Amino acid sequence: MNNLSCVLKKWVMALSGLFLCSFLVVHLSGNLFLLNPDGGALFNQYANFMSTNLWIRVTEIILALGFVVHIVLGMLLARQANQSRPVAYAVSPGNETSSFASRYMWLTGAFVLFFLVVHLKTFFYTMRFGDVPHVPYEVVKAAFESPIYVIFYLISFFVLGWHLRHGVTSSFQSLGIRHPKLKPWIHIFGGLFWFVIPLAYSVIPLYFLYFHMWG
Amino acid sequence: MNVILKIWRQPSKDTPGGFETYPVADVSPDMSFLEMLDVLNETLTQSGKEPIAFESDCREGICGTCGLFINGRAHGPGLGITTCELRMRRFKSGETIVVEPWRAKAFPVLKDLIVDRSSFDRIIQSGGYVSVNTGNALDGNTLPIAKTKADEAFDAATCIGCGACVATCKNASAMLFTAAKVSQLALLPQGEVEAQDRVINMVKTMELEGFGHCSNTGACEIECPKQISLTHIARLHREYLKATFK
Repeated sequence: MNNLSCVLKKWVMALSGLFLCSFLVVHLSGNLFLLNPDGGALFNQYANFMSTNLWIRVTEIILALGFVVHIVLGMLLARQANQSRPVAYAVSPGNETSSFASRYMWLTGAFVLFFLVVHLKTFFYTMRFGDVPHVPYEVVKAAFESPIYVIFYLISFFVLGWHLRHGVTSSFQSLGIRHPKLKPWIHIFGGLFWFVIPLAYSVIPLYFLYFHMWG
Repeated sequence: MNVILKIWRQPSKDTPGGFETYPVADVSPDMSFLEMLDVLNETLTQSGKEPIAFESDCREGICGTCGLFINGRAHGPGLGITTCELRMRRFKSGETIVVEPWRAKAFPVLKDLIVDRSSFDRIIQSGGYVSVNTGNALDGNTLPIAKTKADEAFDAATCIGCGACVATCKNASAMLFTAAKVSQLALLPQGEVEAQDRVINMVKTMELEGFGHCSNTGACEIECPKQISLTHIARLHREYLKATFK
């Protein structure tokens, strides 16, 4: 992938990023079954379908590839950027000329990757490869009994929001989609991903913690 | 007003440099930043010291040579200005002002505040030629060009190649510069014939020269003395895709 020009790298970054965003929507819509007050019956049914259906398994591989492409290209671009200014400035422009989110995509991205590893270990690995058969709903419930784990999740969603705050709107620019008439729509679309979706995800751990502590 | 300057001094390309502090007294707020440096250089020369090397030519904001990184800002604080258009009234009396050369792998420091921007020339060179009919001058409006397109091409053409976009970019990317040149010709019928080779070659040279990629932070369009917009970078992306998947 390293012999692609930086314009094409950014193009693939944008496409893979938007693809991963579509996964955020699908994943959220499935997870909202957790909030259905039926003791997890509906969620278990959904989780069972997700881990047994052949097409979902194929999609899973495509999704994993999406992550790999996005992460590897991100690292290659970060390395190129690092090499392009060997001597740093004594005084940097900071927020005067660009947003925090746009300058620290590598940092927020690295944190999201760390979250992803922890998240997969807790849920995906336990449910799919655990020694004893697990009831998906109970795994979720048990994990979110720990306030520290819940706080880690909330921080992760916050950081994900920062990553998407720049990422989603910026991907349109990388794809060359820019027009004064489109601008407000791109910003609404971006807002959906950096604000509404991380907020909706945050409700789930808070819901479980609330019922564990006070329910 | 009085100011304290912390200026990067470097005797030559391959010798290490460092900051030196110079107090400058009785500065008129109406002076340009370069005039203030002239005053300082005069005092340095009179006391037998090496004057500070910096580039300047037109001193009216059109030549693009006077790029200095002042207090973390390319061409100093303010929108749409070059360093020669920066007035001392922008600063407070007694303020410490840090002056650095442009920092980028592709812009090596030659001496003090002067950098070698010939990498820009090589990007332009790799863009190649534009096919036009020779012979007698064409009648006006022989080639119809929509007013909006002509205006946009002109906006791109106002680039003076100062390097502020590179200097301020966190990736030291020359994307705004390259995009302005690509966009200017891609918008006009004269540049159309070679448009696809041009964009591929210019981006390739940009990367070979050691410039970084575009992170869409938008810092370049804020620091550009000619306020060239990111719209041109989006156009470069479209032109590049058209050329790749032709």
